[in-house]
Amino acid sequence: MPSDPRPLSPHLQVYRWQLTSVLSILHRATGIALSVGAVIFVWGLVAAAAGPGPYATFQGFIGSWLGLLLLFGWTVALFYHLCNGIRHLVWDTAHGLELPAVYASGWAVLAATAVLTVLAWALGLSHWSH
Amino acid sequence: MAMPQSRAPMRTPLGRAIGLGSAKEGVEHWWRERLTAIALVPLCLWFVAEIVHHAGADRAEIGAWLRHPVPAVLMLLLLATTFHHTALGLQVVVEDYVGHEGARLGLIIAIRLICVLLAVFGIFAVLELAFGA
Repeated sequence: MPSDPRPLSPHLQVYRWQLTSVLSILHRATGIALSVGAVIFVWGLVAAAAGPGPYATFQGFIGSWLGLLLLFGWTVALFYHLCNGIRHLVWDTAHGLELPAVYASGWAVLAATAVLTVLAWALGLSHWSH
Repeated sequence: MAMPQSRAPMRTPLGRAIGLGSAKEGVEHWWRERLTAIALVPLCLWFVAEIVHHAGADRAEIGAWLRHPVPAVLMLLLLATTFHHTALGLQVVVEDYVGHEGARLGLIIAIRLICVLLAVFGIFAVLELAFGA
């Protein structure tokens, strides 16, 4: 293949990691993870509609260590994608696009994700134990 | 007998331009992604609150919960909106990373069909739980 003399932009690993790019990548990654979670969500609904046997199989999976680990991951992904999605919707109105505001909202999204995840699991586990 | 000299094209300039831009479409995809995102903010918060409330619930409790109209309707809206948003989002991922045109088109078609399939399965299950014995 003859090489094209056009200049190429440096590849990804050249760039220093920074909050803005990491959060952008995370938005896409959590979106893909949630797509998989949506399949499990439908499995749960279909299992509940199908009968006690299928629903017990579903509960056995979601209550296992792997199931709980995935459920925790999807909780983090959901709250992150939700909070960062709201950040994107604000940007769409042409607000908060100055660099200090972008960093402030980025840290706020991470803090909100952590608080909401801990809150949901604390309440969920307290309901589950009763 | 001479042919008419006019070679004016039959198609209007707009007709020839539509669909030929780099995006192949207008703002429709972008707009639907935003619209479903806005709808999903309250729906997801409601959903997480209900899951937390029903943590560890057995099948009978889930059935009793979905026999109420408000949870059933919100669940149907959540399913339809989630899979619409999922199809739009995954399509962008495929468009960004899959260079081969045939593979790209095939994947986008597969994503669309699977999302519709899952949404309809979910909707049917909710209806069965809401109206079934």
